[in-house]
Amino acid sequence: MSTPDLTAQDLGAAPRHRGRGRSRETAAAAGRPGPLAAGVVVLWLSLIVLLPLSAVVAKSLDGGVGAFWDAVSSRQAVDALKFTLLVSFAVALVNAVAGTLIAWVLVRDSFPGKRIVNALIDLPFALPTIVAGIVLLALYGHDSPVGIDIAFTRSAVALALLFVTLPFVVRSVQPVLIELDRDMEEAAASLGAGGWTTFRRIVLPNLGPAIISGCALAFARAVGEFGSIVLISGNIPFQTQVASVFVFKQIESDAPITAAAVSVVLLVLSLGVLLAIRGVGSWGGRHEL
Amino acid sequence: MSSERVTRIGLRTVALGYLFALLFVPVGIVLYKTFEPGLGNVWASITTPAAIHAFWLTIMVTAIAVPLNTALGILAALVLVRGRIRGKPLLDALIDLPFAVSPIVVGLSLVLVYGANGWFGGALANAGIQVIFSWPGIVLATIFVTLPFVVREVAPVLREVGDEQEQAAATLGASRRQTFVRITLPAIRWGIAYGVVLSTARAIGEFGAVSVVSGRISGQTETLTLLVQKRFENFDLAGAYAASALLAMIAMTTLLALTVIKPRKEHQ
Repeated sequence: MSTPDLTAQDLGAAPRHRGRGRSRETAAAAGRPGPLAAGVVVLWLSLIVLLPLSAVVAKSLDGGVGAFWDAVSSRQAVDALKFTLLVSFAVALVNAVAGTLIAWVLVRDSFPGKRIVNALIDLPFALPTIVAGIVLLALYGHDSPVGIDIAFTRSAVALALLFVTLPFVVRSVQPVLIELDRDMEEAAASLGAGGWTTFRRIVLPNLGPAIISGCALAFARAVGEFGSIVLISGNIPFQTQVASVFVFKQIESDAPITAAAVSVVLLVLSLGVLLAIRGVGSWGGRHEL
Repeated sequence: MSSERVTRIGLRTVALGYLFALLFVPVGIVLYKTFEPGLGNVWASITTPAAIHAFWLTIMVTAIAVPLNTALGILAALVLVRGRIRGKPLLDALIDLPFAVSPIVVGLSLVLVYGANGWFGGALANAGIQVIFSWPGIVLATIFVTLPFVVREVAPVLREVGDEQEQAAATLGASRRQTFVRITLPAIRWGIAYGVVLSTARAIGEFGAVSVVSGRISGQTETLTLLVQKRFENFDLAGAYAASALLAMIAMTTLLALTVIKPRKEHQ
């Protein structure tokens, strides 16, 4: 490999590089990306993500604000949006309890096969959503081997959402629980606090932010979920139809303005939630598949 | 003491019961039902011409989307961590945008830009390029949904390692390329690997966005996940299970890869 021309001046200038006045060439050679790199990244993001999303916003306003309002306030759209919000909220709440419990058991308990269970928690992220729908129908559908058939019901939609959002709270709480100092709990116990009191007064306040950010991620994911729901919900308008499936049907029946208008509502919802937890500063942007 | 033990076993039972009912048993049943009739049937089912085409289409789309997002993702991570540009918090937030967008909205957005009545629809038709209801649309949808993964894995590693080694290399006269290849890249390689595995799994498994833009033409624009849906809707349950089992095994391989990479990534 050829050695770049190394002059005495460069060497002499070296100590100063530690300070603020780092020379441009050294900064560049040190892997500091210049304006060109930033430009390429912004262009890529714009072409792939921002341009298409602005097309959705533009299309939703194609017929004016009145048409937008008509589209999102039709009975079917309102019902789909209401159900989506309600079920996503319920799913986030169940996750808060179940996710925290699972994280607790994975950190504080020990049993044979724990490592396998721990690895499989992420399966809902790795499994294609359509396959999630299929596996749930295999156990809870019309040919249920255990006699529980909830296909085409609202519970089925909730079940599918619980499946795909399972890892969020577990994976945000787990690291906090591992780091948590046991001293406080032992102190509480030695002062006579029972297990539940110690958990409620000592552990839970420490886990709070992680639980909330996991729930928010689960909620944002549930609001937009499509693949796992499309088969199991039966897509019954006013009953089991969620917003994303409603949008899909509008695209298929060539009603792009309605599709775009409801999409904008979905976009604002999940974006609002994600920006809110970003503001809280506990963004756990890892692992989402 | 014994009451504590009872609590512990009780909590364990509830947690594992929840996981079994929601996750392990459903996945296990599909795997069991797939392989119960014998391996021959499974093999026949995943080697039909439509299935083979779907498999290769999925691989091709992944092979285009993942390397592009990896290269751009590394660059974006460098810009986010080390760049001196204005509006970095905004750029940081925008990169996460694909996580917040419903797959259906992703599909719709691409149709509105590249479809027959879309912004570029006329120009593309004149040039004889079909994006929507063709493979380029599937590729664009896949790039969209997998865009944040590599950035989100590489950026924290870059932040962690700092840039003192790069400065030293540069001070000693290494060129930009040398510094990148010999210092930066080895430092972030497990972060990249983690991001690539996550992107690949998502690319192979993407369904919603792809189902809007693909047109689902069997033997042409049908990916593996779309094949699962078509078979299920056509009452070919065994066929749907076989394709699902294939995808589930890819997913489990992904988890295995992540389990292997993670300690290395964190050890660096």
